Amino acid sequence: MTKINVTVDGVSYHDDVEPRTLLVHYLREQVGKVGTVVGCDTSNCGACTVDLDGLSVKSCTVLAVQADGSEVTTVEGLAGTDGLDPMQQAFHDNHALQCGFCTPGMIMAARDLLRHNPHPSEEEIREGIEGNLCRCTGYQNIVRAVQAAAGAAAGAAAGAGAAS
Amino acid sequence: MTSLQDRPRTEFEDNDQHPVGHGRMLRKEDPRFIRGKGRYVDDLQLPGMLHLAILRAPMAHARLVSIDTSAAQAHPKVKLVVTGAMLAEKGLAWMPTLSNDVQAVLVTDKVRFQGQEVAFVVAEDRYSARDALELIDVEYDVLPAVVDVRTALDPSSPVIRDDLDGKTDNHCFDWETGDAAATEAVFAKAEVVVSQDMVYPRVHPAPMETCGAVADYDSIDGQLTLYCTTQAPHAHRTLYAIVAGLPEHKIRIRAGDIGGGFGNKVPIYPGYVCAIVASLLTGKPVKWVEDRSENLTSTSFARDYVMRGEIAATKDGKILAVRTNVLADHGAFNGQAAPVKYPAGFFGVFTGSYDLQAAYAKQTAVYTNKAPGGVAYACSFRITEAVYLVERLVDCLADELKMDPVALRIKNFIQPDQFPYTTKTGWIYDSGNYEATMREAMRIADYDGLRREQAEKRERGELMGIGISFFTEAVGAGPRKDMDILGLGMADGCELRVHPTGKAVVRVSCMSQGQGHETTFAQIIAEEIGIPPADIQVVNGDTDQTPFGLGTYGSRSTPVSGAAAALVARKVRDKARIIASGMLEVSVADLDWDKGSFHVKGDPTKSVTIQDIAMRAHGAGDLPEGVEGGLEAQICYNPENLTYPNGAYICVVDVDPGTAVVKVRRFVAVDDCGTRINPMIIEGQVHGGLADGVGMALMEMIAFDEDGNCLGGSLMDYLIPTALEVPDWETGATVTPSPHHPIGAKGVGESATVGSPPAVVNAVIDALTPFGVRHADMPLTPSRVWDAMQGHPHPPI
Repeated sequence: MTKINVTVDGVSYHDDVEPRTLLVHYLREQVGKVGTVVGCDTSNCGACTVDLDGLSVKSCTVLAVQADGSEVTTVEGLAGTDGLDPMQQAFHDNHALQCGFCTPGMIMAARDLLRHNPHPSEEEIREGIEGNLCRCTGYQNIVRAVQAAAGAAAGAAAGAGAAS
Repeated sequence: MTSLQDRPRTEFEDNDQHPVGHGRMLRKEDPRFIRGKGRYVDDLQLPGMLHLAILRAPMAHARLVSIDTSAAQAHPKVKLVVTGAMLAEKGLAWMPTLSNDVQAVLVTDKVRFQGQEVAFVVAEDRYSARDALELIDVEYDVLPAVVDVRTALDPSSPVIRDDLDGKTDNHCFDWETGDAAATEAVFAKAEVVVSQDMVYPRVHPAPMETCGAVADYDSIDGQLTLYCTTQAPHAHRTLYAIVAGLPEHKIRIRAGDIGGGFGNKVPIYPGYVCAIVASLLTGKPVKWVEDRSENLTSTSFARDYVMRGEIAATKDGKILAVRTNVLADHGAFNGQAAPVKYPAGFFGVFTGSYDLQAAYAKQTAVYTNKAPGGVAYACSFRITEAVYLVERLVDCLADELKMDPVALRIKNFIQPDQFPYTTKTGWIYDSGNYEATMREAMRIADYDGLRREQAEKRERGELMGIGISFFTEAVGAGPRKDMDILGLGMADGCELRVHPTGKAVVRVSCMSQGQGHETTFAQIIAEEIGIPPADIQVVNGDTDQTPFGLGTYGSRSTPVSGAAAALVARKVRDKARIIASGMLEVSVADLDWDKGSFHVKGDPTKSVTIQDIAMRAHGAGDLPEGVEGGLEAQICYNPENLTYPNGAYICVVDVDPGTAVVKVRRFVAVDDCGTRINPMIIEGQVHGGLADGVGMALMEMIAFDEDGNCLGGSLMDYLIPTALEVPDWETGATVTPSPHHPIGAKGVGESATVGSPPAVVNAVIDALTPFGVRHADMPLTPSRVWDAMQGHPHPPI
């Protein structure tokens, strides 16, 4: 067992983990953040995507011990007391989810995409979420949601208020 | 930031297509899913819960010589190790399948497919359980594997199912439909006959969430609760009762949220049974969640039909007859989920959307050393295969006759005034206006413009293809006199209860896996009884809470449970009318219903709302003579027929002449599913199904090598489309209601998966016209398209 200190969704945790424990299992089974899910065993699907110190990572491919001293944000840390994150809102408004299983990872990946490219083209959005598989939506409404969230963010930055 | 509550209500937008209730209503499911607050099976943590892992066979066919579990049992965190021999002592080593065959829960005699369940371990955590699997020592005597369905019936092939009495070959069943002699007569006289061999390769539904369960047996109450990824919770409960000998009222199945099903989560898998056994033996909750490779290698595959199709026509393009001979690979156990009297599912609708003189299909199903399954992945009980066959054949005929494939189809469509139309294989199509649907797709695509563009590109040596698919689906199984799953009639229940304050709860027997039932069933009730959808809670997936019914697959929720919902609401409304007559002191006949309220005929000011009536029904005041208190009803709906949605799909591809890479540039999908309950949700269903179709046509295959090793056992090899492989979908609709459905709605969930693969393949073949290619088998990967361009297309194994 190894001691780690990790901040998850703004709360600090001090835990013992086995060195082999995957970050996704640590988040789900020790911290209780079951919003982040597992969809494969080969790092392809991206359902486990979280933010690790500002980087988008597939948490099935990171050891919990590697997150020692880090700050992790999961989908459960996005909505504040004042409401939803614009990306969450955009997914709802654009019917960008069905079974909801890829949604947490997809939202995290899409937020990361906009962080690096606030005004992506459709092609750039599709490339930006290429690491995240979805079996329900055929992706189009996800692309629409990311476009809407980008527009909302642009609107907010211009002082034009929230999404219309 | 905005919150959901702050947003303007959108329920009343876009009523243009007469959607039931409230049009493009946003989903009631979303708020929890977008926050990571869904409740999927692996999210569950129960006090003292143990973890189960399954040891799987490393080869396809082998006699079990010995198993030594002593080292695994000695592992400090292991609580239990169970082998097939131990299950056999309890009579649980084999279980019935949904096709009345049997399937091994754990291997007792021999391994019959790679990835088959051999033993299981229960440990304190999932890592230790996996560790302990490595400590089990199994000795196998390897046998030759039966892999190729074409040679599986050769007398020299090893017999896979020697567990079955007197079994001396790998024959599973024979099936036929239509009139062989009449069809032969038409073919004998036909001016044009085109024959084509084609393979619909084995693929896998691969839902994002794999299969899993938490079994929780309470030995004090004798109560088993099974949290489980099941699309058919009630059917599962009954089967567990029969198999395990537990009383049915002491079994509770809870499906929770399911991360996609696509038919993968209809059967009962050995893992579920193992989890139940483990909980019975340990007295603790036991969780089993398979990983992706286990899902792909051992749970229900889809397709795997080798088909020889023939189509007969006149020289001017009147299609006369279709016939086919099918070899179906069912794997090692016939685990196909289909109504009992339909061993080949609804493949009988292979006559498609065309008015024929004769049709005949013959099928031989065989066992091979592969995982069981067959019916899955939005196939509507083998209609994917049926539609692929006929839509490829029509294109082959168009090629032979040098006719435009759209013109050929339009010339042969069943006409609107022919409905209800009885096909030559006995299916009674309910309604359709095929040419209108086809022309809508052509309008959206600018079909003539596309053909002009293609001609110009061909001049320049560019490979552009336009593929057509026009399909008729058959969904909503089904009439109980014909259709049952292991003796359980395919009816569905619905229960509606209106609370005193006018809010309501509707309990359905179907089980959403993302299709939006929590939203759309509220809309159906809202339309019928005038309670806003926001005030209606939809409950599904808990067998203690919901009425009996057969679950969600085969796009049957709207046809069967949707009908039940409408009718149960009408039943409640009828009672509400009687209560209203008492409140307004007029006779029942003097009341008019005006969505949400009754008023006295000729005097709209004298009215009571459904909410007023609900309070009266539960209140202290008088009710009319003979009326019980409360406002609720239940129903079990037995459909009189299936619904037959249809669609016209046009796919445009570009093929790189240098690399043979296929790019789907456009995809136009016009679907007609009758009354559209929620157009937004229908579009999402169609988008998802189209992505499935592109995946199957271009990327996906579960292949095997000659030793029976599965070559598609992970997402590294089993390729499913990302956002980059699919285009922006262009959808449209026509509305031809189902005359026999209470709200005229047909199913639609699987239409796009059924209809799109032939459109993509037809487009690729069309693009390859300069190379003289008439057919190439899926998946049309670059190497396979390249081979076709070189003149030697090869079928997949």
